[in-house]
Amino acid sequence: MAFTLRRRRATEVTTDEKIRIRSVESIDVTVMIGSAISSFALTQLLYETFLPLSGALGYIVVWYALFLAISWIAVRELRGTVRAKDHLARVVVWSGASLAIVPLVLIVLYVVGKGYHALRPQFFTQDQRYVGALSDATEGGGSHAIIGTIQQVGIASLIAVPLGITTAVYLNEVKGRLAKPLRTVVDAMSAVPSIVAGLFIYAAWILALGNQQTGLAGSLALSVLFLPTVTRTAEVVLRLVPGGLREASLALGGTEWRTTSRVVLPTSRSGLVTAVILGVARVIGETAPLILTVGGAFIMNWNPLSGKQDSLPFFVFRLIRFPQESQIARAWTGALVLMILVLVLFVIARAIGGRGPDHIGRLKKWRLQRKGLA
Amino acid sequence: MTDLQITTPVPMVGSSTAVVDDHTRGAAGLTAKNVACWFGTKKVLEGVGLDMAPGQVTALIGPSGCGKSTFLRTLNRMHELVPGATLAGEILINGVDIYRGAVPVTDVRRRIGMVFQKPNPFPAMTVAENVVSGLKLSGLKVTKSEREDLIESCLTKAGLWNEVKNRLGDPGRALSGGQQQRLCIARSLAVSPQVLLMDEPCSALDPTSTRRIEQTISEISESVTIVIVTHNMQQAQRVSNRCAFFLAAENEPGRIIEEGPTKDIFTNPRDSRTEDYVNGRFG
Repeated sequence: MAFTLRRRRATEVTTDEKIRIRSVESIDVTVMIGSAISSFALTQLLYETFLPLSGALGYIVVWYALFLAISWIAVRELRGTVRAKDHLARVVVWSGASLAIVPLVLIVLYVVGKGYHALRPQFFTQDQRYVGALSDATEGGGSHAIIGTIQQVGIASLIAVPLGITTAVYLNEVKGRLAKPLRTVVDAMSAVPSIVAGLFIYAAWILALGNQQTGLAGSLALSVLFLPTVTRTAEVVLRLVPGGLREASLALGGTEWRTTSRVVLPTSRSGLVTAVILGVARVIGETAPLILTVGGAFIMNWNPLSGKQDSLPFFVFRLIRFPQESQIARAWTGALVLMILVLVLFVIARAIGGRGPDHIGRLKKWRLQRKGLA
Repeated sequence: MTDLQITTPVPMVGSSTAVVDDHTRGAAGLTAKNVACWFGTKKVLEGVGLDMAPGQVTALIGPSGCGKSTFLRTLNRMHELVPGATLAGEILINGVDIYRGAVPVTDVRRRIGMVFQKPNPFPAMTVAENVVSGLKLSGLKVTKSEREDLIESCLTKAGLWNEVKNRLGDPGRALSGGQQQRLCIARSLAVSPQVLLMDEPCSALDPTSTRRIEQTISEISESVTIVIVTHNMQQAQRVSNRCAFFLAAENEPGRIIEEGPTKDIFTNPRDSRTEDYVNGRFG
């Protein structure tokens, strides 16, 4: 009866009303809620009455396990084993993903909560020149550290990005004899602890060559960490470029260099931007390699080539260990600004080169029209 | 004849200052003599000799794995790009050896263009850029008006101009599959090749696009020699003047079983295996 009813309704549909495809039916939701309630009741019973258990973490784990078991049984009764397995996998994947987001959200919220008190516009314009032990947290700023971080990471990317992409081209396009050992070296390099990178530059650049602690020394230490990240990511990205495009380019009489520079690299542009972003993300929060190399400073130093510099992570690291509340508050503000800086850099990078190769931006369109190519 | 060196750029369509050199423009003859190919230690092709006359369409037919694509790729030195691939024999364009002669490999490939099985326009380029990409890739300079003329004439030859003349600024991959393949043909024609190799150019396309490409082939075949690999017997009959039938016995390298005018191959084959194949009894 119900079947015939439904059929008749289906044939009578004449409107353009879109079919709503529902992946979750109300019965499924009911089963989930029911399982959650019954597993909660069972856990409560186990913890409060039957077993000598206590503790919040254990409670949640037992509740989750019971929830899985009960919903498994319920769905199996309702839909059979195959669907029940599907259901179980979906629940586990969903809860795993949610669990992974929790710490991320907590970190952001925690840093924002701790850091926003002392965040004033002058944090971006002033340094710690006139800040004493008893000054308010809102006095002075971290502009010297912001400029230091931008300069150090900027110089490090000027060194590491061209070098890394060239290495990736060698590994993947030239495929020279040294490709295999080189790949091993790059892998080993990516496992170098960051403090070792700092020590290396300290020993080789500052002690042995007699240079000062400068922003440049910090950049060198950062580029040691930057290089393997950008190289390996760029290599993977270049490998994704279909071989057919290289063949097409060579078949037109293209040289290897022009094939790489005009076809392979432009095609993988957005992936290469990702490689650079990952490299920046790897180094922008590094403190250890900078402690030995930039020296740290409380006042603005615009020149990365001479004199000690500060950086945001180093700023946080130094201030958080002070006994004064105001210094600790400043450190949290520094951490917040570092996060904001990372966000801004990533948004800029995505806007510049993050779209797929098919995307034609305004600038490119204008250039093409001038050449008669659009 | 044989000591001819190709040092001048291939003259462009519409270029008035180009150096006229009879041997580097217009359809060229291609001759293969006793060609053998290996992948590593596996010999996949043996004793292949074939004359591809100027301005003619030669079809290479045969079942999968008989070496016809490999042979095609030896004709413009694409075979050697596969790691471990080697070859023996001689391949001559207008009598000049393309492997041992003084012609640089980039010039060989520019004079002997190639269209692949899967349409592969450059994703980072627009339709118009794709057409003239060969100039950029081989370092040839043209003025803006020459470039515009070239884009129109090549797209017209490839039977695509009317469909894309208002979409020249779209990305190459925004076109449909059949249009992309015709764009690839236009791209190959833009560097004025003397020979065009086509490796199953229609196998990924619908019947309408296939017909348009066959039309294009018959239109351009006067000015460029065409060698086409195809699995489609009707297509071979429709487009080609001559036909070569490749076959590889089990665990043996491929060979040319029979070669001759298309009409003879299909209606009056000398070899019984050719007859079986063209009539669809195997392969």
